[in-house]
Order: sequence, then structure tokens, then C-alpha cells
Amino acid sequence: MLLHSESRVPRIRNNLILIIMKPESLLLVTFASLFGILSLTGCKSGDGNTIKVGEFASLTGKEKTFGMSSHEGTELAFEEINKAGGVLGKQIELLTEDNQSKAGEPANIVNKLISRDGVVAILGEVASSRSLEAAPIAQEAKIPMISPASTNPKVTEVGDYIFRVCFIDPFQGTVMANFAINTLKVKKVAILTDAKSDYSKGLAKYFKEQFTKNSGVISSELDYNGSDKDFKAQLTTIKGAAPDAVFIPGYYTDVALIAIQAQEIGLSIPLFGGDGWESENLLQVAGKAIEGHYFSTHCSPEDTSSKMTSFVAAYKAKYNKTPDAMAALGYDSAYVLAEAIKRAGTTEGPKLRDAIAATKDFEGVTGKFSLNEKRDAVKSAAILQIKDGKFKFLETIAP
Amino acid sequence: MSRILKDPRLLLLIAIVAAVITGLGADQMNLYYRGVIIDIGIAIILAVSLNLINGHTGQFSLGHAGFMSVGAYVAAMITLAAQKSMGAEVLAWMFLPALLVGGLVAALAGLLVGIPSLRLRGDYLAIVTLGFGEIIRVIFQNVEAAGGASGLSGIPRMTGLTWTFILAAIAVYVVGCLVNSTYGRGFIAVHDDEVAASSMGLNPTRYKVTAFVIGAFFAGIAGGLFAHHKTTINPQVFDFMKSFEVVVMVILGGMGRTGGVILAAIILTLAPEFLRAVAEYRMIIYALLIIFLMIARPQGLFHFGRKRKPLTH
Repeated sequence: MLLHSESRVPRIRNNLILIIMKPESLLLVTFASLFGILSLTGCKSGDGNTIKVGEFASLTGKEKTFGMSSHEGTELAFEEINKAGGVLGKQIELLTEDNQSKAGEPANIVNKLISRDGVVAILGEVASSRSLEAAPIAQEAKIPMISPASTNPKVTEVGDYIFRVCFIDPFQGTVMANFAINTLKVKKVAILTDAKSDYSKGLAKYFKEQFTKNSGVISSELDYNGSDKDFKAQLTTIKGAAPDAVFIPGYYTDVALIAIQAQEIGLSIPLFGGDGWESENLLQVAGKAIEGHYFSTHCSPEDTSSKMTSFVAAYKAKYNKTPDAMAALGYDSAYVLAEAIKRAGTTEGPKLRDAIAATKDFEGVTGKFSLNEKRDAVKSAAILQIKDGKFKFLETIAP
Repeated sequence: MSRILKDPRLLLLIAIVAAVITGLGADQMNLYYRGVIIDIGIAIILAVSLNLINGHTGQFSLGHAGFMSVGAYVAAMITLAAQKSMGAEVLAWMFLPALLVGGLVAALAGLLVGIPSLRLRGDYLAIVTLGFGEIIRVIFQNVEAAGGASGLSGIPRMTGLTWTFILAAIAVYVVGCLVNSTYGRGFIAVHDDEVAASSMGLNPTRYKVTAFVIGAFFAGIAGGLFAHHKTTINPQVFDFMKSFEVVVMVILGGMGRTGGVILAAIILTLAPEFLRAVAEYRMIIYALLIIFLMIARPQGLFHFGRKRKPLTH
């Protein structure tokens, strides 16, 4: 018996391998599994009693932390709205698609959301490059799109159906220049830019304009390439020019390494930057090296307004962590949309667009704001400082 | 029937007529499906053109996204300039010339890279082409006229089903006929044994450069179609991963097998759309598929019949 089974096993195995390796069966398996998955995902259509809102976000890939935060904020907002009875007597159904932080994906996703799922509005993207890809599609289909956190001015220039609930790069650059002059009281600043990123270059440009206009001096302008690992050459040059502070409008991964290496070469002057800094990751990686430095962002969870405190509490209860600015912006974008639907009394594209454009003195988590004629939010920026391994609220700078 | 199928010119004609007919009905088509089908057409052009280099000629190129980006940027800059200076009627006529110029500039880039680097073989060539792809990307990233890191946006949406599939049919026809011609046997000779080929009086470098130039030309065309399909392009689109995707299509389809490569292009473009629900695992599934395939079927997934037909004339 034992012998018998021993001799049979390899034969069965060999036959199996032969069958599996036949091209027809491989093809069959591939197609079968693909269509199986398709049929599983294809049947999640809602009934007529919901209002469908589409969201595209970077839930995986490079910008995952930003995308996740804004998605969670949006999700929380719609949950609250639905609990309070929804809008126009209907519940809102949020359809979220992941674009893997990859170019080329948003176009397909937004096409799918609009033409297959029939959403009434699109919420999305933190990264400006991906909002720019989706915006023309929404514009052509006359479906309003609200970006929570794309700060590049070009995004809303695509057309009159594209909105945003955050401020834009020029404003943030100007704010940091005012902060350097009025709060830090520095005269000579070095700038370290990420040459790969338009966000970084934009901030640097408007910072320089405002700072030099107010008789500030730029001691040196240097750049790096995002995801570089060694910044000592640039930092040594900066140190040689002896500035009072360094403006680094980059992203948190690079900033963390820059802060560590600045400390290593003994460059002990204030560093400051923009909202690209805001990530728990910065604190974890840079640790003590980032202590005492500053950045501007959209809002602070330490804000004591009733809106903010209730948002922080609800977010903590649902996700068990403190929300960041991206979460707050995602939350606000959802509420701006819900309110506009209420005011419009309909979900038709053109009427909904007019209602969103008419958003005025909206009481959001990220402060009180209105949408201007360029469809950008006019609002104040918050300055945070890193203290005891935490982001501490320092001041608000109005537009 | 079988005689019709054997005449490539008739097949091309049938494909073009079919493309025009489906193009007529495209307006009623769901935008999402239309977008994905255009993606497939672009992938077919990319895969078939890379197949000429990697499959038929046996040179391992990892720079296809670089050629694609040249075509994309050139074509997009032309139509953007035309949009500013001319009316909408003129713009419609500018699309095809823009694509062709994009393809030609990409072919020129193929020639420039090909002449010095194709004297290298195997791994060395792969590294050179990889480096070339990265250089092109960094150049576009730092040229202000090309929009820098945020690239070009607001490109007119002109890529339709008709043009995509006419151009895909032409790419398949050109590559297929070239390889099956008397001259084209040289590509396969270079692929099989370079030393033997040169001892028979063939010039391997010339064949390799020809394959590179033609491959780059069609990659440029595909880039132009891509730019006018997605309406925004930036340097990050054309990174190493994009080249890699095309290489996978060629390997999956079976090096040098046009039919298989087309099927692989279709499946690999559709798969991520079907896999949207399990997006986090998509790349894992993708990688597992390739590993499994290389172990089980090193000759390619779609291995139909004999390897190569003997020349009929």
C-alpha cells in the first residue's frame, strides 16, 4: 500500500504539471480569474435612494500617508452627514478608488466614476499632478470636482467646475516670508529647494519675492533632488554663508534627513518650511534633530474652535489617532459639497457647480473661508513648531 | 479564408476598416470603457515595437519609456502651440502631423542612442538603455519649456479609437512584414547568433540600429497618442516602471511572437482594471505571475504552433 501510493504521487504530480503548463489551460485560468474578480466587483451598484459621490485618492504608493488622511477625513464627514439624515432626504454613498500615487491612473478612475458609476461630484487628490489629470475629465462631463489639498494654482485654472478648499502655493510662500520677518525676525535666509518638485519651487519663488521686497537678503539658493540621501554638500555651503535661518520647502522624507545632517555638521539655526513637512514620519525619523523648527500648514489639531475639537474627538474615536491637516481638508471638502447640494436642492452638474461657487464664510474645521472667483479658498494659514516631539500650534497668519 | 488570412495587406485593410467603423460608434460608448480600450491600443503599439528590438532582434532594451516620452512631449508641444495660434478646425488637422513629428524625433533619439550603444551586448546594452531612459526623464524634468516637474497639461483630447487602432494596425503590419521579409530575416539571424550572422556577411550593428530606430518611432507615436489621451504628461509617467511594463508584455507574450505580445498587451492593460478591488495586491499578483511564468513557460505564455515558418519565396 505504501509502495503503491509512493509511486503514484509523482505520476499524478507530473500529469498535473503537464496540464497546468499547457498554454490553453493557463489562458483559461487567467481569464477565468479575471472575470471572476470582475463579476465580484461589478455588482456593487447602489439603489436609486442614494446620492453617489466619487473620490479618487492615493491610498497606496508614495503619497500614501497624505492620501489616507484625506480619505479618512472625507469618509468621517459623510458618515456624520448620513447619520444626521443625509442631504435632500437621501443618503450619500462614497465611492473611493485608489490611484496608487501613479500618473495615468486618475484619468481612468474618474472616467469610471463618472460614466459607469454615475457620481454627481468628484472629490480628490492631494497631489496637484494627479488632480490636473482628472480635472479636464470632470470639466468636460460638467461634474463638479473639489480638491481637498492640491495647492498648485494650475489645478483650478482647468475650468469653472474645479474647486479647492485649501490655499495655494503663492500664498504659503508669502506667509512664510512674513513669518520669517515678523516672528523669527531674521534678515538673512538661505533657501534649499527640491528641484524635482514644482510645489517646492513655487513656494521658494514666492517666499523670495516677498522676503526681498521687505529688505530681506537671500544668502544662498541651493537645490537637491527629492529622495536624495546626502545633503551635506549643500548644508556646508549654507553654513559657509552664515544665514540666520534656512527655508526648506520640501517633503517630510527629505526634510527629516536634512535636519539630521544639519545637526551633524553643527548648523544650529532655525529651519522652516511648508505643509509638506506635516507627517508623523518626520518626528519619527528626525527625532531630536527637528526640535524647535517651524512649518506652515492648513490648520492645527490644537485649535480650540468648537468645530476643530469635535472633529478631533470624532476622528480619534473612529481611527484611534490624531488627525492631520490633510484629514481636516478632506473633511471640509465633503462638507462644502454636502452644503452645496442642500443649497442647490438638486444634484444636476451646472446647478451644483453654481452652489459650490457661491460658498461664502463657510465654517470649516480648517477655519472660516470663502471661495473666490478663481474657485480657490481664501483662508488663513497656521504656523506650527516642533516641540517635545509634537507639533505645537504657534500662530495664525491671515491672508 | 486561409488565403485571405495569409495576405498581410488585406489583414491591414480589414483592421483599418474595423477601426473606422468602431470609431463611428465611439460617441455612444461609455467613456470609461473607451478610455481603457484606447489604453489597450497604445499598449499594443508599445509592446509590438519593443518586440522588434527585444524579441526579434534579441537586444535587451529597457529604455522604451524614454522614446515614448520624446514622442509624447514633442507631439504635445506642437498641438499646444497650434491651439494657441490657430483655430479649432486647423487643430484637428494638426494631430496626425504632430504624432508623426513626435515619432520621427523619437526615431532620431533611437538613432543617437543606438549608434554608440548597440556595439554593446546583453547586460551592458540593458544598462545603457536604462540610463538613457533616465537621462531623457531628467532632461524633461529640468526644461522649463516642457513644464518642468509638473509637465504639460491642457493638451487637447484628440486621441480617439479610430486613430489609435489604425496606428496600432500599421505598427503590427510594419513590424510583422519587416521581420518576415528577406531583409528582415537578418534581425532573426542577429538574434540567434551574432557571430554566425556577421560571418555570413550581415552587419549586426546595422540591423540592431534599424530595429532601434523603427521601435523608437512607434514608441514615439504611442507617446503622442498617450499625451492626447490623458491630456497631461509629466516626467514621472515615463519612469523605469513604464519601460518595465512593456518589457513584461513582451516576455509574457513570448519574445518575438507578435500575436502573443498583442494578447499580453491586452491582458496586462485589462488586468489592473479588473483588479481595482484588490489594488494593494495588484503588484504582488503581477510579480507572482511573472515568476510563475518564467519557471513554467520560459518560451512565453502564448506559444502557438511552430516557432517560425520557413520563407515561402
